[in-house]
Amino acid sequence: MSSGPVLYDVAGPDEKRRERIISVVIGVLVVAGLGLIGYRLSLNGVFDDRWLVLVDVPPNFAGYETHHVWAAVFRGLGNTLLAAVFALPLAALLAVVLVSLRASTIAPVRWLVTGVIEVFRGLPVVLMMFFAILVLPGSTPLIAVVFGLVVYNGAVFAEILRAGIKALPAGQTEAAQSVGMGPFLIYRDVQLPQAVRMMLPSLIAQGVVLIKDSSLGYIVSYAELLRSISRVADALTNAAYLLPLLTVGAAVFITLNVLLSRLAVWVQRRGGQRRVAGAAVAVPED
Amino acid sequence: MGSLLAERDMLWDAFTTTLTLAAISGLIALVVGTIVAGMRVSPYVPLRTLATVYTEFLRNTPLTIVFFFYVFVTPSMGFTFDYKVAAIIALSCYTSAFVAEAVRSGINSVSLGQAEAARSLGMSFFQNLTIVVLPQAFRTAIPPLINVFIALVKNTSVAGAFSVFELFAMSRRMTNVYSGDVLGILAGVALCYLIVCIPLGQVAGHLERKVAFAR
Amino acid sequence: MSTSRRLFLTGTAGAAATLALAACGGGDSEEPEVAEVDASEFPEGSTMAALAEAGSITIGTKFDQPLFGQAGPDGDPAGFDVEIGKIIAGALGIAADDIEWVETVSANREPFIENGNVDIVVATYTINDERKEVVDFAGPYYVAGQALMVAADNEDITGEDSLDGKTVASVEGSTPAQYMLDNHPEAELQTFDTYSNCVTALTNGQVDAVTTDNVILAGFVAADEENLKLVNDGETFTEEPYGIGLALGDDEFRTFINDTLQAAYDDGTWAAAWEETAGVVLPTPEPPEIDRY
Repeated sequence: MSSGPVLYDVAGPDEKRRERIISVVIGVLVVAGLGLIGYRLSLNGVFDDRWLVLVDVPPNFAGYETHHVWAAVFRGLGNTLLAAVFALPLAALLAVVLVSLRASTIAPVRWLVTGVIEVFRGLPVVLMMFFAILVLPGSTPLIAVVFGLVVYNGAVFAEILRAGIKALPAGQTEAAQSVGMGPFLIYRDVQLPQAVRMMLPSLIAQGVVLIKDSSLGYIVSYAELLRSISRVADALTNAAYLLPLLTVGAAVFITLNVLLSRLAVWVQRRGGQRRVAGAAVAVPED
Repeated sequence: MGSLLAERDMLWDAFTTTLTLAAISGLIALVVGTIVAGMRVSPYVPLRTLATVYTEFLRNTPLTIVFFFYVFVTPSMGFTFDYKVAAIIALSCYTSAFVAEAVRSGINSVSLGQAEAARSLGMSFFQNLTIVVLPQAFRTAIPPLINVFIALVKNTSVAGAFSVFELFAMSRRMTNVYSGDVLGILAGVALCYLIVCIPLGQVAGHLERKVAFAR
Repeated sequence: MSTSRRLFLTGTAGAAATLALAACGGGDSEEPEVAEVDASEFPEGSTMAALAEAGSITIGTKFDQPLFGQAGPDGDPAGFDVEIGKIIAGALGIAADDIEWVETVSANREPFIENGNVDIVVATYTINDERKEVVDFAGPYYVAGQALMVAADNEDITGEDSLDGKTVASVEGSTPAQYMLDNHPEAELQTFDTYSNCVTALTNGQVDAVTTDNVILAGFVAADEENLKLVNDGETFTEEPYGIGLALGDDEFRTFINDTLQAAYDDGTWAAAWEETAGVVLPTPEPPEIDRY
């Protein structure tokens, strides 16, 4: 919600000039500060030839050439996306199941599901990945990563959907009841579709979290982007190369996530024309 | 879980390390995040830009990469920290971006009249922010802030993969040594996280309903 | 994972890998011979029959250890462990291309075997009694020993008795880490996930020394002689027989692997595998006696 400047007046001509001067002064200070940091770092050799690893790899023991480095980046990105592509729909499925069970008319089922959701949300994702790799028979690193992502995000998706259902006008359910629909049918045909549409921005925002969390796969030795690039740094046996390589890794993640966030904003805008969402906007959990 | 009881000193050590990491990083993140949120609503473009770049950058970068940066990259840039310190810096940085977002949405939820009234009294931006708006913003921001803190508690587990001996690192060492009791160990460690996270979640939910009601 | 990953590989890295092999001359190796094997040659119901029938095998190895198992330019691991894996696969009639390599870190080798996530583990895996309670070992196919590595300009660490008050890095779940905890409690042990992270910490000056098996360290020193050195030319203070980990109680399979190793000792395949990989920097040793317990 951007409501224009609230905390200060829209400036008049004098004030505007003053503001501009202060802005320029602050701007100069910021630039100078960043410059100083940059200078200090350059003294420590941060801008030395380590960046060559991205464009022209120096001869090395492991026989890597520049295109191998980039191949490793793309291989890692592929694996990151692979985990996300498996995890997203499965998490959505789990969420729908959890939400349906939570709407059950049998109280113990509701309690149980509520408990399960709380537990799933209260545990670190990496612990669940670790659990999968140690305990699930036949699990590979990929399965472990997907398991951790699905369990956690499934529970969070479920909470988002529940918030969406709760925010629906009561008239929807009442109308459905009046035409004789049972609770399950109401849930499936009336509440869920509207909740999904209303909460789509939140769901996509949580998708960003899911993609970021896929990099926890590093810890269970899944060859996702981070692990893939750190293997390159390993093979080149030079810690200095970590900086340029990690910069690339971070840039890839940021691009990916900013694109997704843009999608969320776009969806929100499109959805906003149909429905004024004064309703719950769930904040994505990290 | 028998092996955990046998090693309860180690468990206690690891648990307190987890809590310490969360508490210190949480405090730092709260301060830094609030300042960043203040910068983001300020009238000065350079501050706004700086704050926006900071939050967007950290919000979209995986925590693992942030950790990697502070644990292995900054030393190659000439700054070496103890592993625990590096973990606290990584967690504070990452979490401060989420704090900033929570506080900013709190600021946005304060009714316009409040800020307008403050302005009509001739308060400057800084006075307006600190005396009038922030105190009210925090009231709405507390539930999301608790959620940010819960996420932080869970995120401390990443530090376990970067040489800090907290709960997750302990579970890795223990499952390796007592490979017959993997389930017991993991269940015990899970319990430790749940003891902290579930009650906090309940409090957040309760406050959220209360705030929603008050508005 | 393998299928989809392979598919992706063919697109981007496949071409790159071919180029690399063509380019790096000395490094590229003759693939070990793949036996013409029919699954029916093996006793019915045995692991060998099942693997030969499937035509593929999943092998756990390290991806971060120069000379033994390190991710090569094409993303697949390369090194002595990898060659040993290929020899065993070959004896089952499985070509090197049909091996699925899974990265194991020290702390997850036993569970991977116990859960059947991998068929065998060839990963600088020390045979010891504790591990024998949960997995079985074929081999040893090499005997290493624990040694110390320090920065090239370090003069004050002269052996395992000069570690008091020093920070020593090793890998979580490895035997050298356990040795440090048991025998040198005065030294501060700092554990990491992978050996490469230990080495990064050492070159960054975050730790004083790295300790693990001499051959692993030798690989790192060979790759970065400017900054790293072995203490006392790699003097060892333990014995670390490397075995091939497999499921507990699968005696048939263990015997088969032992026989395969013995054959590789006898016909020179073992020595050839060594010379192509670790032999680049280390002298060729005598193959160790296989322990058929």
